[in-house]
Amino acid sequence: MDQYKKHESVAALMNRSNVDTDQIIPKQFLKKVERSGFGVHLFHDWRYNDDGVTNNPDFELNKPAFKDAKVLVAGDNFGCGSSREHAPWAIADYGFNTIISTSYADIFYNNCFKNGILAIVVDEAQLDALMQEINASEGVSFVVDLENQAVTTPAGNGFNFEIDPFRKENMLKGLDDIGLTLKHIDKISEFEEKHKQQFPWLWA
Amino acid sequence: MKKTMYEKIWESHFVHQEPGQAPLLYVDRHLMHEVTSPQAFEGLRISKRPVRNPHSILATMDHCVPTKNRDLPIADPIARKQIETMADNCEENGLNLYDMESPDNGVIHVVVPEHGFVHPGMVVVCGDSHTATHGAFGALAFGIGTSEVEHVMASQTLPQQKSKTMLVQVDGQLSKHCTAKDIALAIVGVTGTAGGTGHVIEYAGEAIEALSMEGRMTVCNMAIEAGARAGMVAPDQKTFDFLEGKEFAPKGEQWGQALTYWKSLVTDEGAEFDAVITLNATDISPQVTWGTSPEQVVGVNDIVPAPESFENKGKRIACEGALKYMDLAANTKMTDIAIDYVFIGSCTNGRIEDFRDAANMAKGTQVAEGVTAIAVPGSFHVKIQAEKEGLDKIFKDAGWEWREPGCSMCLAMNGDELKDGQRCASTSNRNFEGRQGKGGRTHLVSPAMAAAAAAAGHFVDISKLG
Repeated sequence: MDQYKKHESVAALMNRSNVDTDQIIPKQFLKKVERSGFGVHLFHDWRYNDDGVTNNPDFELNKPAFKDAKVLVAGDNFGCGSSREHAPWAIADYGFNTIISTSYADIFYNNCFKNGILAIVVDEAQLDALMQEINASEGVSFVVDLENQAVTTPAGNGFNFEIDPFRKENMLKGLDDIGLTLKHIDKISEFEEKHKQQFPWLWA
Repeated sequence: MKKTMYEKIWESHFVHQEPGQAPLLYVDRHLMHEVTSPQAFEGLRISKRPVRNPHSILATMDHCVPTKNRDLPIADPIARKQIETMADNCEENGLNLYDMESPDNGVIHVVVPEHGFVHPGMVVVCGDSHTATHGAFGALAFGIGTSEVEHVMASQTLPQQKSKTMLVQVDGQLSKHCTAKDIALAIVGVTGTAGGTGHVIEYAGEAIEALSMEGRMTVCNMAIEAGARAGMVAPDQKTFDFLEGKEFAPKGEQWGQALTYWKSLVTDEGAEFDAVITLNATDISPQVTWGTSPEQVVGVNDIVPAPESFENKGKRIACEGALKYMDLAANTKMTDIAIDYVFIGSCTNGRIEDFRDAANMAKGTQVAEGVTAIAVPGSFHVKIQAEKEGLDKIFKDAGWEWREPGCSMCLAMNGDELKDGQRCASTSNRNFEGRQGKGGRTHLVSPAMAAAAAAAGHFVDISKLG
């Protein structure tokens, strides 16, 4: 995983609640056995016209001003539904590395951090202010500073955000979760022996 | 200190916590299907890590499998490759796979209980959000992403923060023709799709205790639709009777040991939950969703709500969008909504009792003109049992298609799908836009409601039937 560095990027806006992972990446694209190449299918059913190729000009992310956005500001309960990690793979492959919303579905939230996407939680008033700021002018850029847990915006709607220190550390260092866990392999083996004695039927 | 069942299971699976890091939780059972696992195996190969406990894994093929002409090769080359990749990965790592030719094949959350692979007190994961189904056995079962699938295969653990707990208490008795599915939908109607976020739900109360194991699986299955990663029910005599004698259930002396342990898992009297929700089953009528989120649900004797009936701005906007997508006018009676398609099946409602309920309703009827109705058993075992009971004949005589098992139209990955604008009465779990096919409109219902709608061509208030 790449290290997450402080950056200034265009913020795109999706003012919809309960955006589900079926919309983020529709099922017809889940048949691949690779992790890459999902960006072109992100929000497929909303993003493209019925021909499945040309852009639907009414879809918010197709606005020219959002073209190079790395930050996605979205409505409540983003990423609900299916556990498919293809959703964050598509989001990252499209170019986003940060999402800002009032809440995320649990599995999606976990999946983001495994794929270098910083999912920031704000309160409703903060989200409203950010949405208004994006709507007020073209191509608004936010500075996202994970180290200092801060977002700054041109109109002064910046804020500090909370994040699990373990997730933060991993994002900043680009660490592999599995590698970290396997450092404790002796503890896992020790636990497993005890577990086997306590619940022998699990191994019968 | 009084403890909930969740806390007891959590503590018995806590391995280690490094300062500043998340606790490591041990995983007993890992379930797999073809869609969310290939990239995890690829990750293991690249990092040269072996599968730590192959015996903890049970795999099936369900999402992409055709439900007709199973003897022919899968027409879609990408789906075929995914199926072949699953077979290769299981072969290479010595994993137990119920492949397409196996008599044990079917939808993962249907086949696993059939073999008694999940017991009370276990921690169970699967790269699938409906893993919560197995909480019906008093296990902590939750969906994970593909990176986590790889993590569990490599280490048999997951870094996990402890969840909050929510008690959903369903008192009273269900009315005639009301089922576990109606309880599940009514709960989501109360909590909303984000109400359970960050929580593990324990379902309790007279109406939950009265459910069969299959009914409990239906309720737990839809915990994720309330936003909770896991839902669970305390194990009782029904749980033990269901498991006894199954292939992976404890045997002999170990059965007695296991039983003692399982009985100790129930939530201590007086243990506190972070949130409590109470419903009365007598208030629950047959449920139908009208929108594009499972929380957009009403009783069948109700009407499609108007956007202005919602105080919350977000819900009002969501209602407007849903009515447009669903092509419904506010204040339409639910029983006036005509349908084109009926689907009975899925990990929510693809078990034998579901087909008994539906057949009971379909018996002696004919599918209404212009309606297509398909019955897709959750597994070959369900299919064979249904055929033994003559249920397939009831469906076929009534004009239904009787299919081979698979996830089928629940998520429409295998070619079974709605056409643009078609409206479906479906026993599955999600009515999201495009879930059953681009432009398809889904109404979630119980199997009995689906069968009644098939015959009438529109929704029917089955609570008024004898």
